[in-house]
Amino acid sequence: MYLKKLALAGAVSLMGTSAFAACAYENTVPLKSLSAGFEAWKAVTDAMAECGNFQAELDQEFRTKQPAAFEANPSLYHIGGVSNGTITPLLNAGTIRPLDDLVAKYGQNLSPNQLIRVDGQIMAVAMMVNTQHLMYREDIFNDLGIDTPTSWDEVFAAAEKIKAAGVVDHAIGATMKSGWNLAQEFVNMYPGFGGTFFNDDNTTAVNSEAGMKALATMQKTLEFTDPEVLVSDSTYVQQQFQQGKIAISNLWASRGGAMNDANESTVVGKVKMAAAPVAMDGGAPATTLWWDGIVIASNITDEEADAAFRLAMEGLDEDMVKANNDAAIWLVKGYEPGPLAEGAIATATATPAAPPYPSTTQMGLLHTALGNELPAFLTGERDAAATLVAIEEAYTTSAKEAGVLQ
Amino acid sequence: MKFKTFFWFVAPSVFMMLLFIAAPLVSVFLQSFQVTQPVVQQVEVETCTPGFLTQTCTTELKTVPIIDEVTGKAQTTTSWVGFQSYQNVLQMDKVWEAVSDGRLRDILQIDFWKALRFTLMFTLVTLPLVIGVGLMIALAVNNASKSLRGPVIFVSLLPFIITPVIGSLSIYWLFVGDGILTATLERWTGQDIAMFANAWTIELLMYFYRVWHVAPFAFVIFYAGLQTVNMDTLESAIIDGANRFERLRYVIVPHLMPLIIFIALIHLMDCYRVFDEIIGFRSQAHVISLQWLTFDFLTPDDSGNRAISRAAASSMLTMIGIVILLILPLRRTWRDHKGGAH
Repeated sequence: MYLKKLALAGAVSLMGTSAFAACAYENTVPLKSLSAGFEAWKAVTDAMAECGNFQAELDQEFRTKQPAAFEANPSLYHIGGVSNGTITPLLNAGTIRPLDDLVAKYGQNLSPNQLIRVDGQIMAVAMMVNTQHLMYREDIFNDLGIDTPTSWDEVFAAAEKIKAAGVVDHAIGATMKSGWNLAQEFVNMYPGFGGTFFNDDNTTAVNSEAGMKALATMQKTLEFTDPEVLVSDSTYVQQQFQQGKIAISNLWASRGGAMNDANESTVVGKVKMAAAPVAMDGGAPATTLWWDGIVIASNITDEEADAAFRLAMEGLDEDMVKANNDAAIWLVKGYEPGPLAEGAIATATATPAAPPYPSTTQMGLLHTALGNELPAFLTGERDAAATLVAIEEAYTTSAKEAGVLQ
Repeated sequence: MKFKTFFWFVAPSVFMMLLFIAAPLVSVFLQSFQVTQPVVQQVEVETCTPGFLTQTCTTELKTVPIIDEVTGKAQTTTSWVGFQSYQNVLQMDKVWEAVSDGRLRDILQIDFWKALRFTLMFTLVTLPLVIGVGLMIALAVNNASKSLRGPVIFVSLLPFIITPVIGSLSIYWLFVGDGILTATLERWTGQDIAMFANAWTIELLMYFYRVWHVAPFAFVIFYAGLQTVNMDTLESAIIDGANRFERLRYVIVPHLMPLIIFIALIHLMDCYRVFDEIIGFRSQAHVISLQWLTFDFLTPDDSGNRAISRAAASSMLTMIGIVILLILPLRRTWRDHKGGAH
């Protein structure tokens, strides 16, 4: 008994030392972070935790918590995980600090590509890119002799063949859960048809020909999807893929790794990634580019900020990326793009390239208006023209209330 | 009881009610007539976004709030806007337009009216079902043999113990695309079943869930009431030749009437605030409720905007709705109460 305890204690202490050995220094300032909860953030925060005195909160609802938590004085978190979509409220409220000094002090290993500059000041450090791109079942495509689709018309042609062959339950999977996800589908499709979201006077320009085309394409998708598509979010589509129920989807690159997770997936090695399909000839891939990265709060002491940034750099180092190569499309040095990254890279390097998600106050309002008004169109309660008018009106009402429109 | 003693007895709860019910209510009432906006300016901002290998920088005109130098927070202005927020929620101009054009269905495309339609229907359809099912379980348990009663009561109370949002999530998981029940039914019938693809199937599930969840509450109250039924009256009814249904109709139900009113009151108040089902069933595309509408206005988007004024207006409207619904049963209770005093 005594021996057993001793052995156990020895093992635990060994674990402790090896954990600390993974970090180059020991962190003495208590630090906290709030970020999204997907695989890449888990990898990064785990790497940071190795230095000690660090508490990570991984929460998919981070976007609703972050603005208020960072506005508190002192801020409730030191490090924030943001994307280009969620950095706006923090920038607007001035609750994150410029990082130029800290990058000069600790950022030797950062590549210039990672530094997110707003008006010349470094406000965030990006760690990965994310985009919705084409994922498809290579085995099914080979069996049926279908080439990799490059446009939505080709996607529909392929879906037609797959549907006729009846090899999967539903040919296409789509992240069309009403609300944010559904709105994002429109935000992907609409610029693909050459549409712009806003006029110069902050009014919205979605009520246009490109808007009609984007709606028509989204409606066409419904012919090939699960009838319950209006409740399916990214996780649901990912699971449908893993269970072999769908064959094509324009899904987030950050979900790619899960396809080859043998514990969950029945299609290991069968899913391939390609650039997001274009909506029209000569257009950009119908998707938007996103990055995820870290910010440091303003309302903390300079010492804490110093320690927080140093710790974040430790989390974003080469060792972490080498250990978690397939968890994301990393921007960090040491990343070796595998087959899972092909689609995202092809999307980002296409000419013309897909636009970054336009992160502005107006876009937030429009995104909500889209998420609330699009379902009525897809359930058939309202036609396309009336839907675009409804989106325009909903945006105008909330933009006036938010003060961005007079 | 002396007034002073009475005062000190109720003072703590009056204080709590003022602090946690009256004060927020007044505040929401005032906010529904105000709009608070940040002071914004247009500035040219250069933003750089990483591509895979290089960065793309774009310069664009952005509308950003002005940060106050002293407080470090965004400057805001608050103005009185009268009934503007109510108009934004109700959209009466569109309603009249639809009415005068005779296209009444169009009214249901406006969020508020769509939510009101469902909320009212949900409340009024489940009310008789809850009372009926509750009464039936109570009668069944009352007539069951003594040894069975304990376990039967325990089992029938179980749905009521479950947290509503968890309960609705469980139903969702049972019936969603490849849930256990749907998969079994699909195998059995050989048809593809999609319960969450149509508004009416979702609504049916919601009614079913709510009745299943709340009926035990009605049951417990009725069961207690049944213990106080006057046995002499019941026996004389039997001697008079009243059958089982007539005894129920003329003796038991009149005796339980105050309890039925009580359950109706509670149920109306609870159901009008239907919310968990919407979230649990993810039914926003098809069915929304008034409480969900308020929640949606309050949820900040990615840029941190929330429609506080419209949320305030929408919650005031919800409250007015509950008051209107409660007038009928409350009047009856009041009349009974007055009658009882004589």
